[in-house]
Amino acid sequence: MSSIRVPVVEKIFSANDRMAQQNHQLLDSHKVLSINLMASPGAGKTTFILETIKRVQDKIRVGVIEGDTAPVTIDADKIISAGMPAVQINTGGDCHLDASMMSDGLAQLDLSQLDLLIVENVGNLICPAAWDLGTHFKLLVSSVPEGDDKPYKYPNIFRGLEILVINKTDLQPYVEYNMDYFRQGVEMLNPGLVTFPLSCRTGEGFDQWINWLTEKVAQFKKS
Amino acid sequence: MHELSVTESLLKLALSYAEQAQASKVTDLHLVIGRLSSIVDDSVQFYWDFVAEDSICAGAKLHFERRPAVLKCMDCSNEFTIEQDLNPCPVCGGTHTIIISGEEFFLDSIEIEKEAEKTI
Repeated sequence: MSSIRVPVVEKIFSANDRMAQQNHQLLDSHKVLSINLMASPGAGKTTFILETIKRVQDKIRVGVIEGDTAPVTIDADKIISAGMPAVQINTGGDCHLDASMMSDGLAQLDLSQLDLLIVENVGNLICPAAWDLGTHFKLLVSSVPEGDDKPYKYPNIFRGLEILVINKTDLQPYVEYNMDYFRQGVEMLNPGLVTFPLSCRTGEGFDQWINWLTEKVAQFKKS
Repeated sequence: MHELSVTESLLKLALSYAEQAQASKVTDLHLVIGRLSSIVDDSVQFYWDFVAEDSICAGAKLHFERRPAVLKCMDCSNEFTIEQDLNPCPVCGGTHTIIISGEEFFLDSIEIEKEAEKTI
């Protein structure tokens, strides 16, 4: 017997990253702009998606992949009743979607009929950050009542984002929440991050998000 | 659950390199984990013993090299290390920072044993 050291130097997530790359190419070839939407449970992910669909559905064709840990179709049903195609992916108790589950979801959608795909990840601030799905954007919905310390406690998820939505801004008078402290943490982790403070309930701040999104979808179609 | 999926990915990766090297057994794995990569090494070790059980990696020892988060302040060019809390630059209080290291999470190397080649 002889003992040998074999160099590897490969990311643990490399298999997932390769699959994510394939998803990305598939979405590119159909010109479907895609968003991986992450948040903790109760941040308002599904409501945010429904409010977004409501405001863009006459000009943008939206599809949704719903990631859930349990086989309940509550969220997917809401999207379908809003008139948009939705696919439910059960992670079987897993705490995040991975690129392979995303690939299964993509296979169930008619991508030629979509302009925008929103992937609602499992409610969790830790695991989804590590598993790339191959989307064009990663978006985090962070809501005011969760607290202003989230960037400090969960730095990883703030690092890879392209879009940050601060939801439930209408609750700011009722909870301890220092917006400057929150945004300082975000700035350290992800300088210049595109951020939309808004309230799904009152609609305040929503127009800025919709204008930005509409423009990105149009740009992507032309590219 | 997170660490379980991570550990399964780790096993696949280690096995593919071990097979390429025609290993009969994998004895050690050397991992590099950055402070910001939200991986708990104790959990990985815990799952590892179950996940690797029926493979040539069974009983292999995991070695973790922890790397601190190193930030560079864009206001005063100071480089500083973060061990626990995310704080502004200790020199000028600046929050315009870039992260230089601390997000690593990779398998650096494995140690294997090979059946000695038989010469006829």
